[in-house]
Amino acid sequence: MNPRSSFDKALIEIQEDIFQLANLVEQAIYNAVQSLIKLDPAGAAQVIMCDEEIDELYAKIESKCIKLIATQQPMARDLRMVVTGIKILLSLERIGDHAVDIAQATMCIRESELNRKSSEYLTKMSRLVQQMIKDGFEAYRERDVQKAQEMCTLDDEVDHIFTKIFQLLIDNILADPKSIVQSSYLLYVSRYLERIADHATDIGEAIIYLITGERKKLN
Amino acid sequence: MDKSELNEPNKNKILVKKLNLFYKDYQALKSVNLDIKANKITALIGPSGCGKSTFLRTLNRMNDLIEGVKVEGTILLEGENIYGPEVDVANLRKQVGMVFQRPNPFPMSVYDNVAYGPKIHGLKNKRQLDEIIEKSLRLAVLWEEVNDRLFKSALGLSGGQQQRLCIARLLAVEPEVLLMDEPSSALDPISTLKIEELIQVLKKDYTIVIVTHNMQQAARVSDVTAFFLNGELIEHGATEEIFTRPKDQRTEDYISGRFG
Ligand SMILES: Nc1ncnc2c1ncn2[C@@H]1O[C@H](COP(=O)(O)OP(=O)(O)OP(=O)(O)O)[C@@H](O)[C@H]1O
Ligand SMILES: [Mg+2]
Repeated sequence: MNPRSSFDKALIEIQEDIFQLANLVEQAIYNAVQSLIKLDPAGAAQVIMCDEEIDELYAKIESKCIKLIATQQPMARDLRMVVTGIKILLSLERIGDHAVDIAQATMCIRESELNRKSSEYLTKMSRLVQQMIKDGFEAYRERDVQKAQEMCTLDDEVDHIFTKIFQLLIDNILADPKSIVQSSYLLYVSRYLERIADHATDIGEAIIYLITGERKKLN
Repeated sequence: MDKSELNEPNKNKILVKKLNLFYKDYQALKSVNLDIKANKITALIGPSGCGKSTFLRTLNRMNDLIEGVKVEGTILLEGENIYGPEVDVANLRKQVGMVFQRPNPFPMSVYDNVAYGPKIHGLKNKRQLDEIIEKSLRLAVLWEEVNDRLFKSALGLSGGQQQRLCIARLLAVEPEVLLMDEPSSALDPISTLKIEELIQVLKKDYTIVIVTHNMQQAARVSDVTAFFLNGELIEHGATEEIFTRPKDQRTEDYISGRFG
């Protein structure tokens, strides 16, 4: 008989909850960037409203983790599981907040040539960060260190695109100072996506710690 | 009693090499190798019957008192083999003292409990005795609680106070190593925390080896943790490592409560 079977069940439940949260967050990024590209304020509003669901789920999982620490005194891998659970939650919640930031910026962005030019970059960044989250949670499910490491390398690509769009927007401001407000919003959005990739990298590091017990800095 | 300056950091206080112990034909310890660092707290953990108490008792030869015990291998205390032929066992037990699971004060006054050891070792001067009593009780963080009842029976103290008295009694003979076999398992949570605090304070001047069944206690108080199973030392290392990322699956199973 496994004397920890109810504890094991609780750990599995936390992991499933985290997957669910990760899905919501990934969807939120996609929707936020789509609403920007399509200049769809209703879609943006939807993202903002959905954040409440994310926050609620976050709080629910966090309570479960706290309860396990208080009642089960997890050790070794169990301890790493609960602690990384909390870390991953925190990163997901921040990512969710950035999706909201993007949605809010969207509401201030108007149709323009500049908008079309930066769309291409923003779409790419969005795809990359979504991929990071997907791969990260596959690594989490499969306890796959290599996959977690590989997903973190996508952060470099995101950073690379960020420098490009940054250049594009700065050039634009210099050429046409009146575009500064619109350019700034787009700059924010690209910066949020870049931050999301950093948080995704933190998640990758947490997953590696969960599996190996070793701390690795990947960005 | 301040010996800290004599002890270099990371110095080995006790070196155990290829230690076997038999109770008649039953082998209770199997080729145990362990270095116990000076001024560190080493916790011994493992399931019931794995040999923790047996191992602890080999460190001051308490097992000699048990019939049919055979010990092989070496234990060096500051480089001297404690199982060597010319070792004075009484003196060894003064250097390496033991605190037991249940507090066992002698049925005499608080004062006489602490004075017992020094008196046996020939100290008669009242002033010096008084000094030692106060110093030992202070070190055991008991002085404030008992200084108005020094001449009353020690049996009237609470369990936690009795245990600290037993520690004071041990400190009065100025040992170098303190062996503690589940010193707080018979105590309430507050008394347990007091003992843990005390252990932390004492490590400055003493080398401490503690057996505990309480995993959180081992994690809280010790610097090094050693995991025993069936008479073997399975794994030992920095406590933080053992409790966050043990190397051996058996250690992982034991500390995470998935054993057997
Ligand atoms: N005096 C003795 N005579 C014979 N066998 C003994 C004696 N003392 C202990 N043993 C045996 O040696 C083994 C180790 O016992 P020990 O008391 O060292 O275990 P322990 O790890 O301290 O257990 P616990 O956690 O229950 O205190 C056990 O199998 C025990 O039955
Ligand atoms: Mg024992």
